[in-house]
Amino acid sequence: MMSAFDIVKIARKISRPSALEYINYIFNDFIEFHGDRLFRDDKAIVGGIAFLGDIPCTVIGIQKGHTIEENIERNFGSPHPEGYRKALRLMKQAEKFNRPVISFINTAGAFCGIGAEERGQGEAIAKNLFEMSGMKIPLISIMIGEGGSGGALALAVSDKVWILENSIYSILSPEGFASILWKDSKRSEEAAEIMKITAQDLLELGVVDKIIDEADGGAQNNFEYTADIIKNELFNEILKLKEKNIEKLIEERYNRFRKFGEFSE
Amino acid sequence: MLNLFKKKKYVSVVESASETNEKTVFANTNQPSIPDGMWVKCPSCGKTIYKKEIGTFRICPECGGYFRLKAKCRVGFIADNDTFEEFNQDMTAKNPLNYPDYEDKIKKTQEKTGINDAVVTGKCKIGGIQSVLCVMDSGFIMGSMGSVVGEKITQAFEYATENNLPIVIFTTSGGARMQEGIIALMQMAKVSAAVYKHSEKGLLYVTVFTDPTTGGVTASFAMLGDIILSEPKALIGFAGRRVIEQTIKQKLPEEFQTAEFLLEHGFIDKIVPRENLKEVISKILEIHCGKGCEE
Ligand SMILES: [Zn+2]
Repeated sequence: MMSAFDIVKIARKISRPSALEYINYIFNDFIEFHGDRLFRDDKAIVGGIAFLGDIPCTVIGIQKGHTIEENIERNFGSPHPEGYRKALRLMKQAEKFNRPVISFINTAGAFCGIGAEERGQGEAIAKNLFEMSGMKIPLISIMIGEGGSGGALALAVSDKVWILENSIYSILSPEGFASILWKDSKRSEEAAEIMKITAQDLLELGVVDKIIDEADGGAQNNFEYTADIIKNELFNEILKLKEKNIEKLIEERYNRFRKFGEFSE
Repeated sequence: MLNLFKKKKYVSVVESASETNEKTVFANTNQPSIPDGMWVKCPSCGKTIYKKEIGTFRICPECGGYFRLKAKCRVGFIADNDTFEEFNQDMTAKNPLNYPDYEDKIKKTQEKTGINDAVVTGKCKIGGIQSVLCVMDSGFIMGSMGSVVGEKITQAFEYATENNLPIVIFTTSGGARMQEGIIALMQMAKVSAAVYKHSEKGLLYVTVFTDPTTGGVTASFAMLGDIILSEPKALIGFAGRRVIEQTIKQKLPEEFQTAEFLLEHGFIDKIVPRENLKEVISKILEIHCGKGCEE
């Protein structure tokens, strides 16, 4: 059996299929749109419109590269505030034209830097959480690699949150967790075990609703296998969600997140 | 709505100077002539100050720097006398990750601080206007947000939404509570969704940043106020200073992530000195009095 940290390693593999690969395989006629209309285009986040079968959709992804050069261009999949604002702009556009939004998430976390702070990383993430909670369209998010903290959550206040078998979703990287709590980032393996970051743990906690199968050793070993499952599942789910009364959908989304918390009174 | 809130009245919430979070320095025993023998060290200038001199607002007479306040002390400054009724004061965190010794840490911190977790919530009048008030406390595990902070603030918003009340939140936090893992992260979404419902009803939400506010609290409800105020010189940010310095491999300027820096970059509405906060908040509430000030 694989340890939690073995899964972390697969989730971070440079060969792991990226958001754009899933988007191009699963959807037809994808047209990429750029920019937040405020500051600039953040290449760590991609987004646009496409068909899923005959259903018009808005698709968004946090994009990592397969090479150092690609990763430098994509800032290693760590978005700046303008990336989250681009995503929000595209979600608002989807709401106007009444099409569902599907987000593919793969980030170690929102970028930590001077520009990110100057332009309000906290505000950008907060605004996405706020707006997504009331958006009058179906929202589906899929963790395809790393789901790092607020930077992942900012695209995941959705009706359905799915995760690939060898992906993770966490409050912080195991290294960061070990560093903060034990002042020793080298204890990351131990942190990974305790943090409940694997697909199975997250399903049990209700943080994710579905686990998508991967080939042995990870999705890079058989990309089409995983992508076909996602395509089928998306098709079925979107048809179901589009049937729902929109007020009911939003209420269920509220309750989906409302239930989290363990306390006694 | 279910009666979710236990109500208990405070006789008086303004606490003595020992209620601030500063480190108490006992006077040198070789100098028994100093009365009380209670001195405090200013967190800004580092000078040792005779406790009485920091006054009601806990401000350093030497440099004007602020001592951090305990939540209940802050409630005493902001709520009208004898009007504060606390919500959920016995709510206690469980241990979703089975993190070693977490329950014990919670229990000890509760005993030390006299509060159940890192936020005190309730309803009160502010300048005569019925409001919901939440005050975070950095003395409780860095003011971090886990299940209890998330739940108390969510219930505070839900109460305000149900009863058409404005809400005022004083933030101070190191971010999400690591010991609760992903469940702590989910609180960011939970609270933000409750803010959305309150906002949709046309109700007022005022945030007041106090030193320090970072991480998952900045990146959720703190940045969602209709009006965002801050105390002077408060540290406000998403990422911690050290994390940024490690990421970009350079030193950050002194004023980076201060309230003044955020004001300049357009992320807060106004910096208000501690001694004027009640007056300014009361005025803001009064100007929005169309909804929420009946009763
Ligand atoms: Zn001083």
